[in-house]
Amino acid sequence: MFLLMQRSSASSTLLTWSRIKMQLARVIGTVVATVKNDSLDGRKLLIVQTLDRNLEPSGKPMVAVDAIGAGVGELVFWCRGKEASFPFKREDTPTDCTIIGIVDSEQHVTR
Amino acid sequence: MIIARILGTVVSTQKDERLTGKKLLIVRPINVDGSDTTGYVVAVDTVGAGFHERVLVVAGSSARLAQGMKDVPVDAAIVGVIDTVNVVQN
Repeated sequence: MFLLMQRSSASSTLLTWSRIKMQLARVIGTVVATVKNDSLDGRKLLIVQTLDRNLEPSGKPMVAVDAIGAGVGELVFWCRGKEASFPFKREDTPTDCTIIGIVDSEQHVTR
Repeated sequence: MIIARILGTVVSTQKDERLTGKKLLIVRPINVDGSDTTGYVVAVDTVGAGFHERVLVVAGSSARLAQGMKDVPVDAAIVGVIDTVNVVQN
């Protein structure tokens, strides 16, 4: 029982950390949407592929709002959840995934 | 945000009064290449999307931040109709 509890607590910790998403990603594409919620007017939408610690693709690509002017092919970091709207007008931008920084180069990722 | 395809509609008469007049749609998350995944989500429409269209869905508390969704009890909102998706794979 104790083991079981330990395991479940470990897995819940893992789960919590997997939910906290400020991760590295590669911008792999763009999305064009003419008809959109007025609060997203003028925002650039990019497709990001999340990467693991070895900078290999892991997980499914997502659509992210660009807050800093990233481009296709760049290594970026991004955040998820409600915090994703903080770079913009906080109460008016419906985004759950935002690119918040560009990594200078892959050599700058120390592992 | 995820890309999804609209599969159908939901009709609900008895609902929270703040949801009155909001269109509820069933959407299925899809991959960037357009292929379907499994599962579905009921999302509130904020843009007037139609059947089989590819849309952008915002999930979580951010869904409330869309215009017209203030204080509405939703955690998935359709915020855009997708025209094109360009993916560059190396």
